[in-house]
Amino acid sequence: MLRYLVYRVVYAIPILLGVALVCFALVHISPGDPLISVLPADASVELQQRLLVIYGFDRSYPEQFILWLGRALSGDLGTSIASGRPVATEVFRAVGNTLLLAAVATVIGFFLGCLFGFVAGYFSNSWVDKAASTLAVLGVSVPHYWLGMVLVIIFSAQLGWLPATGAGPGGSGQWKWDWVHFQFLILPAVTMSVIPMGIVARTVRALVADILAQDFVTGLRAKGLGDLGVFFHVVKNAAPTALAVMGLQLGYLLGGSILIETVFSWPGTGMLLNTAIFQRDLPLLQGTILVLALFFVFLNLLVDVVQTALDPRIQRS
Amino acid sequence: MKTTRTFAAALVAGTALTFAALPSDAAAEKVLTVGMTAADIPRTLGQPDQGFEGNRFTGIPIYDSLTQWDLSVADGPSVLIPGVATSWAVDPDDTTKWIFELRDGVTFHDGSPFNAEAVVWNVEKVLDEEAPHFDASQVGVTASRMPTLRSARVIDEMTVELTTSEPDAFLPLNLTNLFMASPSHWQAKYDETGDAESAWTAFAADPSGSGPFRVTSFTPRERLELEANPDYWDEKRIPQIDRVVLIPMPEANARTAALLSGQVDWIEAPSPDAIPQIESRGFVIHANAQPHVWPWQLSFLEDSPWQDIRVRHAANLCINRGELQAFLGGLMAIPVGTVGPDHPWWGDPEFQISYDPDTARELMEEAGYSAENPVRVKVQTSASGSGQMQPIPMNEYVQQSLRDCYFDVELDVLEWNTLFTNWRRGADDPTADGAHAINVSFAAMDPFFAMVRFTSTSTFPPVSNNWGYFGNDEFDALIADARTSFDDAERDAALARLHKRIVEEAPFVWIAHDVGPRAMSPRVENVVQPRSWFIDIATMTLAD
Repeated sequence: MLRYLVYRVVYAIPILLGVALVCFALVHISPGDPLISVLPADASVELQQRLLVIYGFDRSYPEQFILWLGRALSGDLGTSIASGRPVATEVFRAVGNTLLLAAVATVIGFFLGCLFGFVAGYFSNSWVDKAASTLAVLGVSVPHYWLGMVLVIIFSAQLGWLPATGAGPGGSGQWKWDWVHFQFLILPAVTMSVIPMGIVARTVRALVADILAQDFVTGLRAKGLGDLGVFFHVVKNAAPTALAVMGLQLGYLLGGSILIETVFSWPGTGMLLNTAIFQRDLPLLQGTILVLALFFVFLNLLVDVVQTALDPRIQRS
Repeated sequence: MKTTRTFAAALVAGTALTFAALPSDAAAEKVLTVGMTAADIPRTLGQPDQGFEGNRFTGIPIYDSLTQWDLSVADGPSVLIPGVATSWAVDPDDTTKWIFELRDGVTFHDGSPFNAEAVVWNVEKVLDEEAPHFDASQVGVTASRMPTLRSARVIDEMTVELTTSEPDAFLPLNLTNLFMASPSHWQAKYDETGDAESAWTAFAADPSGSGPFRVTSFTPRERLELEANPDYWDEKRIPQIDRVVLIPMPEANARTAALLSGQVDWIEAPSPDAIPQIESRGFVIHANAQPHVWPWQLSFLEDSPWQDIRVRHAANLCINRGELQAFLGGLMAIPVGTVGPDHPWWGDPEFQISYDPDTARELMEEAGYSAENPVRVKVQTSASGSGQMQPIPMNEYVQQSLRDCYFDVELDVLEWNTLFTNWRRGADDPTADGAHAINVSFAAMDPFFAMVRFTSTSTFPPVSNNWGYFGNDEFDALIADARTSFDDAERDAALARLHKRIVEEAPFVWIAHDVGPRAMSPRVENVVQPRSWFIDIATMTLAD
C-alpha cells in the first residue's frame, strides 16, 4: 500500500508540471491586454510601456514562466493585477468558500444519487425505475445555471423564502453554522448537486442491477440471508465504483461552477475565475487554475487510495 | 396517527420559527444595500478601478478631489464645482502652472489634516516613481485621466501649485479623478508593514479619505461597508443614512432577484426585460441622459465610404431613434451630438441630427448610391461589454434602418476586450479586418475624452482613440484654442465651437446615449439622478 502511495505521488509530479505549463501557455496566448484592468484603452503609449516594464510583461514568455514557477514553488503566486492583493490569499479564501458549497452539494448529490440509483436498480424496469431514472436524466441534462435562475425566481423573488445571492448576511468572512447563514447555501448547493446526483444515480442503478443478477446474490439468498443482509452486500460491492464516480464529481465541484457561483454571487473559485478572465488578470488566473489543478490531482489520488483500500480486488503496482 | 399529527405540528412550528429567523432590517439603523454590476469591490485605496462605477462607489463617497462634478441637479448638465480646492487659476506668466487654494478645516477619516502637502503626496503616489509611496497599480487609471499633469509643489499650508507638460485648460476637469488619500494613514500602514506594496494593501483594507462616508468593513470580492462621516466639511452632504453596504453582483438576473427579494435596496443596470416586473412590484427606476455616447465611430481611410460627408449625414438622418428608444423600453436618450443643446459645449451646429429618411435618401442618391447599388459598410462591435448597452439588437436595428437609405451593413461581432484593444490600434490595423466603423461606447465627461481624442491629429493610433484617423488643421486649431482658454467661460465657448464643427463634420453616427438606469426600493428617497455617470449617495435618505 505504501509503495502504491509513493508511486502515485511521484506520478503526480510531472502531471502538475504539465498543468503549470499548459495553464501558463493558455493564459498567455489568449487575446487581450494583460494590463486592461489597470490601464484604460485611452492611456498613452508611454504609460502602457512603463507599466509593461513595471509588471514584467516586457520579458520573454520562458523568462516569465520560470520566474512565475519559481515563486509558485515557494508558495508565492504573485499579486493580482486588478485588486493588488496577494493571489494566494484570494485563491485560498475562494477555495474555502467553494469547498463549503461543494461539500454540501456533494452530500446532497451523493445521497439522492444513491437513493435514486438503488431504488431504480432494485425495481429495475418498473415504473419506480422509470421515475427514478427520469429524475437522474433530468439532473444530468438540465442546464444548472437555468435551474439556479428558476429556483431563485421561485424561492427568492416570488416567495421570498430564501436569499437570492451571497454567502451570508455579513459575507463569507463571518460564516456561522446557523440557519441565518445556512439558508444562503441551500439554493446554490441544490443547484450544484443535480449533476452529480444524476451521474451517481445512473451509475448506481447500473451497478445494482448488475450485482443483483450475479450468482453470489442468488447464493446469499439460497443460504437464507434476508433482504437487508443482501442489501448490505450489494452496497459493499457497489461502493468502490460509486465512490470513484463521486470523487471525480467532487473534483469538478471543487473547481467551482463558474455559472452557478456567478448566478448566486457565491465568492468561490468559479466566480474568481470568471472575474479573472473578464479582467484579464493573468496572475490571478494562473494561480487559481494551478491551485484547482492541484486539488484535482490530490482528489484523484485520494479516491484511488480509498478505492484500493475498500476493494482488495483492485491491485495496482 | 398521533405520531403523524405531532410530526406535522413540529414541522409547522419549525417552519414558522425558521422564517421568523430570516434576516430582517434592523429597526433603528438606516442601512442602504447596493448591488453593483462590478464583479469585485472597486479598489478602495484612492484611485478606484472598474471604470466610473469605481469612482461612483469607492471614489466619491470615501474620498474628496480638488474639483468635483455637481451631482445635485437632475434637469441640467453636471458642471464642475469646487471640491477640497476652493478656487484655482493658471499662472499668467507660465500657463503650465496652476495655483489651487485649498479648503480650510478638512480632515481625513484618521483625523489628520488635509493640506497642500497631502495634495503633493497624492500627486506623487502616481507620478513620482522615486517617491516611497509610489504605487504602480494606481498609475494607469489615474495618469490616463490627467495626461498632462506632471508634478505638484507646496506654496504654503493651503496653496499648491500643479505643473502640466503643456498649457492645458482641461486640468481642473481632469482633477475630478484624483482622489485625496490620507498620507499619515498610509505612513502608519507603512510603519506596520515595512514596505510600500504591503502598506497599500493594508491601506486598501482600511482606507482613509475625507469623503462623506468612511470604510468600516471590507471583505474582498463580497462586500464593503461604509458608515456616515458626521464631521464631513460640506454640511449639505453630511449623510442621513447610517450605513451603506456595497455588494458586487455582476449577473443581471441575480441583481434583479436580490432586489425583488428585499436583499438589496438598489441595483445598478437592471436588465431591460426585467423592468416591467420590477416596476410592478413597486420599485422605482431612476434614469437620466448620461454623458455616455453609444455611436459608430467612422473610418476616414482612403477606401472608406464615410469619406463622403453626404454619406455620413445620411446615416445620421436615417435612424429612427425614437423607435429604438421604445424598443429598449425607454432606456436610452436620443442624441443630437456628443452633448445636448443645454450643455455649455453644444455650440448650435448647423447640421441637425434627426430622423429624416427622405433627405437621407436624397443625399445618398447625390453620392451615387441607390437601392440597386447600396454602399457596403462593415462595423466592428461586441456581443456585450461595459457600457455597450445591448450591442447586438441595437446594431441589428441600425442595420435594418440604414437598409432603407441604401446602406448594406455587415456586422463583425468580437469579444469585448478584443474590440476594446482594437480600438487603440486603428482602422488601418489588421485587427480592424477592413471595418469602416467601430462601435465602442465612451464617457463624455471631460473635453479630452468627449471630443479631443477623436478629432486631433495627435491622437491617431496608437497614441489614443482616434480610430478612424479623423482630423485636420482646423480641428487641431480648435482644440489648441480650447486647451489654452483658461477662463472657464472662454474654455466652454471654445469647446462649443469644437463641438459644433464635430457635429457638422459627423465623424460619428450618433445612435444613442445611455441613461444609466438603476432600480431602487421606494424606501430610498431624495434620489437625484444627475446627467452624469455618478450619483451622490450622501444626500439620499431612507424611509423607515
